[in-house]
Amino acid sequence: MMEVCNCIEPQWPADELLMKYQYISDFFIAVAYFSIPLELIYFVKKSAVFPYRWVLVQFGAFIVLCGATHLINLWTFTTHSRTVALVMTTAKVLTAVVSCATALMLVHIIPDLLSVKTRELFLKNKAAELDREMGLIRTQEETGRHVRMLTHEIRSTLDRHTILKTTLVELGRTLALEECALWMPTRTGLELQLSYTLRQQHPVEYTVPIQLPVINQVFGTSRAVKISPNSPVARLRPVSGKYLLGEVVAVRVPLLHLSNFQINDWPELSTKRYALMVLMLPSDSARQWHVHEMELVEVVADQVAVALSHAAILEESMRARDLLMEQNVALDIARREAETAIRARNDFLAVMNHEMRTPMHAIIALSSLLQETELTPEQRLMVETVLKSSSLLATLMNDVLDLSRLEDGSLQLELGTFNLHTLFREVLSLIKPIAVVKKLPITLNLAPDLPEFVVGDEKRLMQIILNIVGNAVKFSKQGSISVTALVTKSDNRAPPDFFVVPTGSHFYLRVKVKDMGAGINPQDIPKLFTKFAQTQSLATRSSGGSGLGLAISKRFVNLMEGNIWIESDGVGKGCTAIFDVKLGISNESKQSGIPKVPANPQHANFAGLKVLVMDENGVSRMVTKGLLIHLGCEVTMVSSSEECLRVVSHEHKVVFMDVCTPGVENYQIALRIHEKFTKRHQRPLLVALTGNTDKSTKEKCMSFGLDGVLLKPVSLDNMRNVLSDLLEHRVLYEAM
Amino acid sequence: MELVQMQKSLQDYTKSLFLEGVLDSQFLQLQQLQDESNPDFVSQVVTLFFQDSDRILNDLSLSLDQQVVDFKKVDPHVHQLKGSSSSIGAQRVKNACVVFRTFCEQQNVEGCHRCLQQVKQEYYLVKNRLETLFKLEQQIVASGGVIPAMELGF
Repeated sequence: MMEVCNCIEPQWPADELLMKYQYISDFFIAVAYFSIPLELIYFVKKSAVFPYRWVLVQFGAFIVLCGATHLINLWTFTTHSRTVALVMTTAKVLTAVVSCATALMLVHIIPDLLSVKTRELFLKNKAAELDREMGLIRTQEETGRHVRMLTHEIRSTLDRHTILKTTLVELGRTLALEECALWMPTRTGLELQLSYTLRQQHPVEYTVPIQLPVINQVFGTSRAVKISPNSPVARLRPVSGKYLLGEVVAVRVPLLHLSNFQINDWPELSTKRYALMVLMLPSDSARQWHVHEMELVEVVADQVAVALSHAAILEESMRARDLLMEQNVALDIARREAETAIRARNDFLAVMNHEMRTPMHAIIALSSLLQETELTPEQRLMVETVLKSSSLLATLMNDVLDLSRLEDGSLQLELGTFNLHTLFREVLSLIKPIAVVKKLPITLNLAPDLPEFVVGDEKRLMQIILNIVGNAVKFSKQGSISVTALVTKSDNRAPPDFFVVPTGSHFYLRVKVKDMGAGINPQDIPKLFTKFAQTQSLATRSSGGSGLGLAISKRFVNLMEGNIWIESDGVGKGCTAIFDVKLGISNESKQSGIPKVPANPQHANFAGLKVLVMDENGVSRMVTKGLLIHLGCEVTMVSSSEECLRVVSHEHKVVFMDVCTPGVENYQIALRIHEKFTKRHQRPLLVALTGNTDKSTKEKCMSFGLDGVLLKPVSLDNMRNVLSDLLEHRVLYEAM
Repeated sequence: MELVQMQKSLQDYTKSLFLEGVLDSQFLQLQQLQDESNPDFVSQVVTLFFQDSDRILNDLSLSLDQQVVDFKKVDPHVHQLKGSSSSIGAQRVKNACVVFRTFCEQQNVEGCHRCLQQVKQEYYLVKNRLETLFKLEQQIVASGGVIPAMELGF
């Protein structure tokens, strides 16, 4: 039974299906609307970055309200009270407000969101681009590293072969090449020869003419050039058909002039020379030459050129050094040979000096004595011949000995005071007999300002004048000879700042000897002063002589700081010999010469001079003592070295010690005395008396600190000279 | 004999000694050292020389007569004699000593004996001559004369 109730029954119109569907949809919408914000909240909470939170809230509110609206809608399908309608209305109003606000907001927000998206896309692109670039840079850096390593390898050696081999190997490795080759220009410069390859150990000797267009192309630029794999320089192996040849690059390697890989006799070229480096990529690969790889090749080529030039320079200097060393060795040998020769000659001369002179003098002396005895005319003639020959021989020996001593530089002038005028007169008186025989008048002109007493080496000056005047006489058959001596005012051969001041201590003596004899060919003049050379004219052959005279005279003149020369107008026109020598002026006018038996000994210098004589030999001790007493010294005698050391005191000014006895003990005394007297002025002067005068004895004495050496037996004059020299200079190493 | 003649014969005698090589210029030096303050210098030295040499020659004879000759002892003696003789200018004695020393170095006994004989010979010669010389000098001095200075040019 249907009941009638007061409640409003829902109308279930015919479209109650529609209503049902609406009801369900509203319900689901509400659920969805409620769940979306939940999801949003959940995911936003999860994400870290979301800039528009409050938009979300707004959106959430909007959705919630929409959901609420739809939910409330569910109640409006049935009859509902006013409250529900009110709530519904409120909800709807709010929803409207919020959704409008949201709509307005979205107008601002959506473009922003969209732009974010575009920026993101832009950044992604940028990142990709940077990645690409970084890849490129890394590649370049790799390349650079390779170049550095290559350079280091190449430059770390100075050996040509190593440099080239290393280059090829390293390049091959860096660039992963199939083949790498170096072509060098040949000697003639017309061809390139395959010199080095990477893979093949013993390359066949290919040559290729240098004038190929491809080669010219490569040589024309400093860059690496891609060339065809079929060009002759690239075809290094027999081609088999299946290879697709890899790309080939060639670059020139400049060779500097200094470097020469063969021998030094290349013609001078104005064009530069190049070698060709060919690099082949592996065949059958798709690889191509990249720019950076080609740059690498160019850089390497340059480095190789530099390294090669360094190697070449090194080779040159090594060669030069080897040559120098060889020359040094040769010079050394030559020097030693020369020294040996000199030593041999000196030994020979030393022997001559002593051994040959003595018998010679004996012969001369005894012959002259023999001359003074009673002789038959025949005997007299024989003796005279003997005398003449031996005098000649003696002169010759002396000449030779003098000359070698002069050349050695061991000859020293023996200076003394003498009368110059007398000297000239003596020379003339010596020459006069011969001149008279040849009917050659000799005149002597001495300049009025010529000093009378001079200081110089009298004997040698006489020798010079005698030689010159003698030559004049020798080579003259007629005419007269004039000898002029003067003081030279200005010598055009002397240094310009030299003045002649007669009151000064030195002056230059000029002697001119003019003759009207055979004369000399001006061409022969330079030869005159050389040893042993004589002009070949027959007239002079008979005059004998060794040809040494002028040479010796020249040496003496040079020793006297002078000059000698000869002027002649030609053969048959006579000649003039002129020489200048430096002489000292003596203020004293005492007599010349050393008396053979000394007159009065000079006591003055040595009066009271305390000396000590040490000699084991009683007789020689006594003689030495007598000598010294005669000179005025106060002599203490000791006979042994111990006694000497005991007795010696600072009062003794000189100690004479005999060092004849074999052994070194005597020399020790010198050392002990040095030890005893540390202050130099207190120490007595030490003189050794020895029978040996050779150099080793002198050196020994010097090394033991002796101040002088005397040869026994000592003559009075020697002792006197030695003492005065010693006391003046405190050192003496002559007096032999 | 007349003084002048004595002086002349002294000079000649001395000259002959030099010419024969018995004495050399060292003896001249000795004579020069003799003066008023030292009138007997030469004879003193010569006497000392004679004493010394006699002793040395004796020692030498003894040493060389040994069974085994000790050259180390012989050589210093010869050296000493050489030194003394050269100090007074006994040239021939000195030269003989030089030869003697060579044989000593070679340890040649036979040679040394011969040399010793030579040295002795020369020594007695010079001793003899010098003694004669001194006698002549004494004669001159005794006659009131003065011994002439020697002038010899060599």
